[in-house]
Amino acid sequence: MKAQHFLKGMTHGIPIFLGYLSVSFGFGILAVKSGLSVMEAAAVSLFNLTSAGQAAGVGIIAAGGSLVEMILAQLTINLRYSLMSLSLSQKLDKSFNTPRRLICSYGITDEIFALASTQPGLITPWYMYGMILVSGIGWVLGTILGAAAGSLLPADISDALGLMLYGMFLAIILPPARKEKGVLAAVLTAAGISCIIYFLLPFISAGFSVIICAVISAVICALLFPRDDEEEAEVQQ
Amino acid sequence: MSIAIYIAVMAGVTYIIRMVPFTFFRRKIKSRFLKSFLYYIPYAVLSAMTVPAIFFATGSIVTAAAGAAAALVLAYLGLPLIVVALSASAAAYLTGFIMNLF
Repeated sequence: MKAQHFLKGMTHGIPIFLGYLSVSFGFGILAVKSGLSVMEAAAVSLFNLTSAGQAAGVGIIAAGGSLVEMILAQLTINLRYSLMSLSLSQKLDKSFNTPRRLICSYGITDEIFALASTQPGLITPWYMYGMILVSGIGWVLGTILGAAAGSLLPADISDALGLMLYGMFLAIILPPARKEKGVLAAVLTAAGISCIIYFLLPFISAGFSVIICAVISAVICALLFPRDDEEEAEVQQ
Repeated sequence: MSIAIYIAVMAGVTYIIRMVPFTFFRRKIKSRFLKSFLYYIPYAVLSAMTVPAIFFATGSIVTAAAGAAAALVLAYLGLPLIVVALSASAAAYLTGFIMNLF
């Protein structure tokens, strides 16, 4: 069972691996430009496993910013993970004891959360380990490659690769949006609010924007389209 | 200041944000409203992160829009994640290539 779940997690991690490889490649280039060594860039990726927070963090390092600034920036940009952790905590099977929760907490990224939380039924620790391992290797490896050899890849190719993760997001949200009115409403309201903030309220940071959009649209949809929960009892196979 | 200290602080804050709700929140939520709320959160989060950011991901709105359109159609048809993701990149690259011919 463990091996089977681990393997399934690893398989689900492959698209994330490929997406991360290209995105963290860009981060690697940025980190070296900001004055970090290849090893330091790799360490940032290994210990943080997040895109926007790392980019902002490296900017603060380059500018010689204060630690308070670093803490506030990470809190703001990464606070969305708290919401994701809370949501995902409802989908954990019984074998998730404290050490296993402490380990898996490390790997709650936008993409891993997206895949894990949209699985049918409950998720197991080994499924999470497999997905986090494969995704994490992609993230660190891409960072090292970008930091070491970033300038070798033609700009139009690396630009195009920047779309991969967004493509993956659409592939996650659209099929259920076709089937469920509530999901469709959540997707459309969140996108709408996100555009309003981006174009009309640009002083709101990207991290906060995600929180605001998600909370407002999920509240609206929970009120208008409350769900029955019969399918949550079964554990995934 | 040493870069290692920056990295340690950054990593510590990021980990705590993820760890606290994941580790210490053990109750099963009973409220139908809260359950529905948490069910819709991932879709809302992903949608908010994708729109409008997808249109600025390649540095050219035209190539990004081409990639987004390809992803939209293929995702709507229910194709696998990796197919949709690679097709989005390929469509953006090809559009940029064609634009450069003129």
